Amino acid sequence: MKPVLIAAAVLLALGPFALTSQSLVNIAMLTVVSAFLGQCWNIAGGFGGLTSFGHTIFFGTGAYAAAIMQTRWGLNPWLALPAALVLGAVVGAAIGAASFRAGLRGSYFALVTLAFAEVFRVLSNSLDFTRGGLGINIPLGMGAANFQFADRRATYAVALVLLVLATSAAAWLKRARFGAQLVALRENEDAAAALGIDLVRTKTAALALSGGLTALGGVLYAQTYLYVDPSISFGVERSVEMLLVAMIGGAGSVWGPILGAIVLHIIADVSRAWIATPGFAPMLYGVVLLVIIGVLPRGIIGVWERWRA
Amino acid sequence: MLEVSGISKRFGGLQAVREVSLTVPAGGITALIGPNGAGKTTTFAMIAGFIRPDAGRIRLSGQDVTRLRPDRIAAAGMVRTFQITQPFAGLSVLENIRVGAFLRHAETAAATEAARAVGQRLGLGAFLDRPASALTVAGRKRLEVARALATQPRLLLLDEVMAGLNPTEIHEIVAMIRDIRDGGVTILLIEHIMQAVAALADNVYVLAEGALIAHGTPKAIADDPRVIEAYLGRGAAARLAAHA
Amino acid sequence: MVEIYAAALINGLLIGGVYALVALGLTLIYGVLHIVNFAHGSLLMVGMFAAWLMAEKLGVHPYAALPVVALGMFALGWLLYRLVIGRVSRGEDRAILLATLGVAVVLDNLFLTLFGGDTRQIESDLTFAVIELGPLLLSVPKVIAFAVSLLLAGALWGFMALTDTGRAIRAVAKEPEGARLMGIRPERIFALAYGIGIGCLGAAACLLLPSFFVSPHVGSVFVLVAFTIVVLGGMGSFPGAVVGGLLIGVTESMGGLWLGESLGPIGISLVFIAVLLFRPTGLFGAAR
Repeated sequence: MKPVLIAAAVLLALGPFALTSQSLVNIAMLTVVSAFLGQCWNIAGGFGGLTSFGHTIFFGTGAYAAAIMQTRWGLNPWLALPAALVLGAVVGAAIGAASFRAGLRGSYFALVTLAFAEVFRVLSNSLDFTRGGLGINIPLGMGAANFQFADRRATYAVALVLLVLATSAAAWLKRARFGAQLVALRENEDAAAALGIDLVRTKTAALALSGGLTALGGVLYAQTYLYVDPSISFGVERSVEMLLVAMIGGAGSVWGPILGAIVLHIIADVSRAWIATPGFAPMLYGVVLLVIIGVLPRGIIGVWERWRA
Repeated sequence: MLEVSGISKRFGGLQAVREVSLTVPAGGITALIGPNGAGKTTTFAMIAGFIRPDAGRIRLSGQDVTRLRPDRIAAAGMVRTFQITQPFAGLSVLENIRVGAFLRHAETAAATEAARAVGQRLGLGAFLDRPASALTVAGRKRLEVARALATQPRLLLLDEVMAGLNPTEIHEIVAMIRDIRDGGVTILLIEHIMQAVAALADNVYVLAEGALIAHGTPKAIADDPRVIEAYLGRGAAARLAAHA
Repeated sequence: MVEIYAAALINGLLIGGVYALVALGLTLIYGVLHIVNFAHGSLLMVGMFAAWLMAEKLGVHPYAALPVVALGMFALGWLLYRLVIGRVSRGEDRAILLATLGVAVVLDNLFLTLFGGDTRQIESDLTFAVIELGPLLLSVPKVIAFAVSLLLAGALWGFMALTDTGRAIRAVAKEPEGARLMGIRPERIFALAYGIGIGCLGAAACLLLPSFFVSPHVGSVFVLVAFTIVVLGGMGSFPGAVVGGLLIGVTESMGGLWLGESLGPIGISLVFIAVLLFRPTGLFGAAR
């Protein structure tokens, strides 16, 4: 069964390279980006139970890093990837260390991340360094050396690499000591501490890992749309979408976010053909989330797991 | 191995624990008993680092662990279990035990191997792949001990592992605790039931109303009128003596 | 110079009164149900749309509509608890938080679908009316909103302290199992408390509307404000919510004055983060 599934996944992932329609490739690209961001959220929120409502902090950090490095310092945009990875991890570690040292968990952690995202939004909206509410335009200069692709299939390829990277990280968590300790903390903090697990360090590391990876998504966004602004980067909608993808697919599982992204994009594209008003598709996401919480707490992947068991 | 000197804890207006001192010699089984509300659990939580004592010192093999966090204390070789079992509900029995094993093994294969061995040794061999939430009460108590033992502690703190078990299960768990002691792990256990302790411990401390009232061998403790009164009420020792 | 500060202070206090009413609903829900109601801002948005619709389509002034909107919101809250929140609230903390988030996502986007993303306002004779107080000009709708909010806060406090229903709610908040033994059915009380909390939003919506705009996104403006107040005042504390509301109102208007319009809103988020990190019990909460 398993080799069949893997073959199907590989075929599905490589399929878009055979497409000639840019708009279809675009849909595939957006789905993969959603899956990637959901997977990043999943690393902290799923495995670690760190329900972040402000994960777009890291996305925005990466997006601004790419834009500022190019427009202010004339650096090659490919350099933004390692820079964003480091910056995202540092921001994640800082927020994590402050929050977990203060003993924040559950709803309180969710709220504090929301507030941090708002701080980032307000700052980027008012500082000259980020060009305030004007946002930053990245000058056009198509070419692989410049990380700007005319063909959406190239963007898709980069997104796919990111997704494979994040999913490998999730698969590693499933196997390795760090992941086991993270899950133990999620399930029961006192019992985990009694078994020698350092709560602050483990959770902080998880948020740093998740933050670093998420920031890569921000770089890809900046290089695809060549524009960043405060609400694109730090608005609450993106945080919520990342959470929805992971929760609907199945938080704490390796394949859940990918499944979640596919389901959400099917909902989006089908519903858009039906009622095109903005807001309709996200409303359905909310309904799906409520159904998932009520009926399938392990997400859609839980159905598969139950069927297999 | 463990030296506790003069630890105290006050919650609001209530002096929960008053200047408790005790010694746990290496290689043996020491018990801390007392009626409900005597402060056993608070004392235990202070030793394991979950509650900070207001006063006093705790030394593990000479090292001062008084202000260390629970995870540091566990890393130093003193690991507790919980009276109300705290399984990682979403994980299998083996995965639960492996969380403990990961304290000493960085590699997953080695940790899994160690966890499997501990699980089998403590009679959980048939349940290793079941979810932890599916275990019976007795099974969960074993899992608590197995997880702690998998961290390879020098000193194991057992918090009422016999509470809620039937006589057969208690008999089995007593044998299990002896077996752990014979494996070279020093044990401090707290218990409400005296009889079970008498069969196990070399040394017994009795706590009542937050303070130690007696200390000695199980035999000496069982005859101590102060202990009888603490458990059965004022005048009980005299009444028992009159009946005898 | 002094006048500018005095005006900012008074404006902050005035808006803080309405914030207090919004936060009272949130703190009541937390105190009784122990849930973090993330849908609070979105439900306020629903209330504001209700008040706007009554004014726009039926010509009823928001002040006149207040009892109807408050009752309607009470009913909506009660239903929401019975149909959605209560169903998942036996689950873990995270499921409840995510359920209230789900409700917020559904409501925000439902109104976006129905009404589009434009901001809307009503205009009445009162909108621009002012009272002169020495050198200061006080906006009449804000003064009315402040006074009525504090009046309603007092009424809610009286209801909780003096009536049998209020006592039952407090009993359930303290000791749900004990209350059950006394013949109180906690599930009913939970739905009632959630309804009252949301009813407060209906009243606040009507008081806000003459001086505030409404759009489907307005909930996210208020949700952080409301949580900041509740955390600052101490989760579950009534006096905390009122004092916190006034403090946050002043923080907001002073922040705008000192830091400018774009940087000003950072004040609230910083207060929120600082309280959570350094004094999570708030000003009035008991020590943990």
